Amino acid sequence: MAERLLKSVSVRALKGAKRGGQYRREAMIAYGILIVGYLLLQLGAATGLIGMNLQGQFVPICVYMSLAISLNLVVGISGELSLGHAGFMAAGAFTGVVVTRVLEGSLGFAPARLIIALIAAAFVAAIAGFIIGIPILGLRGDYLAIVTLAFGEIIRNFMNVIYFGLDKNGHLLFSFNHAIDGLEDANRVITGPIGATGITKIATFTGATLLTAFTLFVVLNIKNSKQGRAIMAIRDNRIAGESIGLDVKKYKLMAFVVSAALAGMAGCMFGQNYSTLAPVKFNFNTSVLILVFVVLGGIGNIWGSMIAAALLTILPEALRQFSDYRMLTYAIVLILVMICTYNPAIKARITGIMAKINPFKKPKDGGGKTGGRKTGGSKSKKKSGKEEA
Amino acid sequence: MNFLSSLISGLSLGSVYAIIALGYTMVYGISKMLNFAHGDVIMIGAYVSFIMSMHLGMNGWLALLVAMFVCTCLGVLIERLAYRPLRGTGSLAVLITAIGVSYFLQNMALLIWGANPRIFTSLFNGMAPIHAAGGQLNISAESIFTIAANIIIMIVLTLFVNKTKAGKAMRAVSEDNGAAQLMGINVNQSISLTFAIGSGLAAVAGVLMCSAYPVLIPTTGAMPGIKAFTAAVFGGIGSIPGAMIGGLILGIIEIFSRAYISTELADAIVFGCLIVVLLVRPTGLLGKKVHEKV
Amino acid sequence: MKKTWTKVVVVALSCMMAFVMASCGGGGGSSDAEGGALHIGVIGPFTGGAALYGTAVKNGAELAVNEINANNPDGLQLVMDAQDDEHDAEKSVNAYNKLVDDGMQVLIGPTTSTPATAVAAEADANRTFLLTPSGSSPDVTAGHDNVFQLCFSDPNQGIASAEYMAANFADAKVGVIYKNDDNYSTGIYNKFNAEWEAQGKKVVAAETFTDGVTDFSAQLNSLKNAGADLVFLPIYYDAASNILTQADKMGYAPKFFGCDGMDGILSMEGFDTSLAEGLMLLTPFTPYSEDAKSKAFTEAYQEAYGELPIQFAADSYDCVYAIYDAFQKTGLDASASMADICEALIAQFTGDFVASGITADEMKWNANGEVEKTPKVCEIQDGKYVEK
Repeated sequence: MAERLLKSVSVRALKGAKRGGQYRREAMIAYGILIVGYLLLQLGAATGLIGMNLQGQFVPICVYMSLAISLNLVVGISGELSLGHAGFMAAGAFTGVVVTRVLEGSLGFAPARLIIALIAAAFVAAIAGFIIGIPILGLRGDYLAIVTLAFGEIIRNFMNVIYFGLDKNGHLLFSFNHAIDGLEDANRVITGPIGATGITKIATFTGATLLTAFTLFVVLNIKNSKQGRAIMAIRDNRIAGESIGLDVKKYKLMAFVVSAALAGMAGCMFGQNYSTLAPVKFNFNTSVLILVFVVLGGIGNIWGSMIAAALLTILPEALRQFSDYRMLTYAIVLILVMICTYNPAIKARITGIMAKINPFKKPKDGGGKTGGRKTGGSKSKKKSGKEEA
Repeated sequence: MNFLSSLISGLSLGSVYAIIALGYTMVYGISKMLNFAHGDVIMIGAYVSFIMSMHLGMNGWLALLVAMFVCTCLGVLIERLAYRPLRGTGSLAVLITAIGVSYFLQNMALLIWGANPRIFTSLFNGMAPIHAAGGQLNISAESIFTIAANIIIMIVLTLFVNKTKAGKAMRAVSEDNGAAQLMGINVNQSISLTFAIGSGLAAVAGVLMCSAYPVLIPTTGAMPGIKAFTAAVFGGIGSIPGAMIGGLILGIIEIFSRAYISTELADAIVFGCLIVVLLVRPTGLLGKKVHEKV
Repeated sequence: MKKTWTKVVVVALSCMMAFVMASCGGGGGSSDAEGGALHIGVIGPFTGGAALYGTAVKNGAELAVNEINANNPDGLQLVMDAQDDEHDAEKSVNAYNKLVDDGMQVLIGPTTSTPATAVAAEADANRTFLLTPSGSSPDVTAGHDNVFQLCFSDPNQGIASAEYMAANFADAKVGVIYKNDDNYSTGIYNKFNAEWEAQGKKVVAAETFTDGVTDFSAQLNSLKNAGADLVFLPIYYDAASNILTQADKMGYAPKFFGCDGMDGILSMEGFDTSLAEGLMLLTPFTPYSEDAKSKAFTEAYQEAYGELPIQFAADSYDCVYAIYDAFQKTGLDASASMADICEALIAQFTGDFVASGITADEMKWNANGEVEKTPKVCEIQDGKYVEK
């Protein structure tokens, strides 16, 4: 996989210099956001400018960014609606919990434990993604959405009846649908709906940032590879893609499995950030939340979804002053932002105002932008038309 | 006997899903959007009916009419304010807005009516259940009325869509929005009408659902909403008979897997069946196969 | 093509955030202005499906705080800050951090077990004294010296229920319906089952349901066919009311037995209380008690919030008084730091401090942080609890 990725990167360097430039810009913005964000937040935390509330959200923000980036691979780049991303997150999170718990006795160095857990989580989630990916190949649009939703619910349902424990020698015990007999409380690893408890928190902000960077690296490289261009060609016109000999099924499955593996890793990091982890966390609402990040940040726009993930994670916390009206305000803000960013008339008006008040914009560039927006509008309309068909 | 009583429970639960699914499927058919707020409109309908009958002493059936009126207005209002500005921008943007509307309705209900559950008084309170087979089999009035309501609504809707002018206009809009407009059909009006009917039905579904399963909290509509969405896809989203068949089958599978296989894994079984069906028929049971044009 | 409008998204979102952040800044500092008051944080779900429990906890605590402040205007005053956690561990930790930012000194909550378990670890690391009114899982207190429960733990309830049933319904065929995606319900059931089997008996049928399930006909049919004449419901009252209604419709009338989560079943608007006739429950609190303190609490609660209090409210009411009384015994004043208060209160709670409240006349805590009080078994007769 990695070899192929590297190869495709070099192919890109030879072939599409112009497109490469565009991608390089996207990559620079995305990595830039991550690095600047990381440094600013570390600085803020060190100087005490950032309170505990925000500090406590550093890791989840990174996790949600990773999830948004990985889901963007399916929704944005591959053009399929997935409503079960939290299922992969769950698979990764619980795998990670089991692995770190088993290794806790023998491997004292926490980062090493975390890395092994992340790899295991990616592996398990990838298998889940592969199993789910196969039926997906024959389905389109909203039917695909419902299958992913169904699989997400099935994964969560199974988590409710899975029991893991450790025996006296540190060996793993497993039981399906009933509690393990005679197990001491301290030796429980996963207890059905109660989930995992007593997790030693080993996730750190730095680790989570590195995970986000890794996710970014993988997704951007795929987007920018031969495979990525094939996936996008299929998204834009499946029939045209097929007619030039692209293996639609292979590419869609690849995107889906990679996305699942990355979600599993993010889930693993999430699981290691709290002392307890219950399956109920990974319900339909979480899947939808990740989808909201992607749509709000701009379908297919990697760094847009990163920013949306960060802001929408902080938003409910920032709204705490509204006390009883907090979630109501959140809902209203969500609706308004969606309308403001997607409604063609409002969008045009806002960009118009922005162009006027932006002193850094060259007049010529501004003119070009307007033209670009027009074609952009028609393009996105064409795309949405296809989605509806 | 067990089999029969499970079957009746399944049909009754399935009928509730079916009526909710009708709302999903109609809205999907005409505007190609998944209206995830639909489940919460049901909850609002049930609350309005509850308040009307319990606090204002209204007759249950009259309260149902008021609830239908409120939900119809609500549905049209939601479409006008939240969905219409996003028409033509792709289904995902509207989907997310619908989720925002769903959060809004849930939290609004929480603020207005509080968190403590209300116990809905059945519309058919006082009607004795039918005992058959020497008391072995009980069929509650709620089951009978829900199943009957489902069939009547399905027939009336099918007739309306196929025979009336407004119904034909709706079908035209759902087939080709632009062409319909060129033919002089008021697209906005057609879509508003669809939302009005769907939301009015949501109130009926809410009252019937809470008559059978009386606990009413602000999140009451969420899970049935998802299940009904599943049912709509199961039957072939966009198809009115499909929604009914999908809902009934889903209800029966759910009850039977609980009764005969495992209560723990019932949800997994329901969703597993759905996946199998979609593997065999990728557009649902009665969904139309759309041929892609080059 | 997407560049233009993503820019718009970013700008719109940043404007919104800037607005929120800016208006946020003023709120943080206000807490110091109150000077001689002890800051108590409360965490619970005030939105979402579990809102009924969190709201009760918030109301109960608020009532106690108002009473204490009104009764003793010259003494130690309390300030309460309640934060929503949506019944989610992640949000609960966020709420906890927010409270610490705002100068909280003692924490009451989180209300539900999974969030409480997550926050307990944070509170341990930061040295916050944590008394949960209703986070009843043993995982909440496990391994933390600063975490205490005011409610019975889930295993204790399971064991107590099994013991009571074995003593009073020795020949009963026991069936169970529990919620298998819920910490509380599964926790009680697992211990109940183990204890019941230890008594040499067997549960004739154990059925489950998950969140959002409304139709219980399959479960009830299964219990009926297994011949269960005593049905144990270690679940909350909202789902239980559905089960009672449906059992009645299908003509199945076993004896029902619940735990503390069952309290509240009579206070739901519109509930036909005759359905709950004969229902037994293990509860620390009853709103129909003749006890003067309980009565006063119930009346005050009804006046303030327009509904009967459930045990969640009573638990958090007791939490406030327990902390208030224990704090006065520590000899600290309200300007003490969170960590100092934590150590002093731990010494009190594990020492000879005995709290008295409406959920028990005497409450003592063991070193694990579990409360030692005796559960009351009540039976519903004529729409009221009667103590057994």
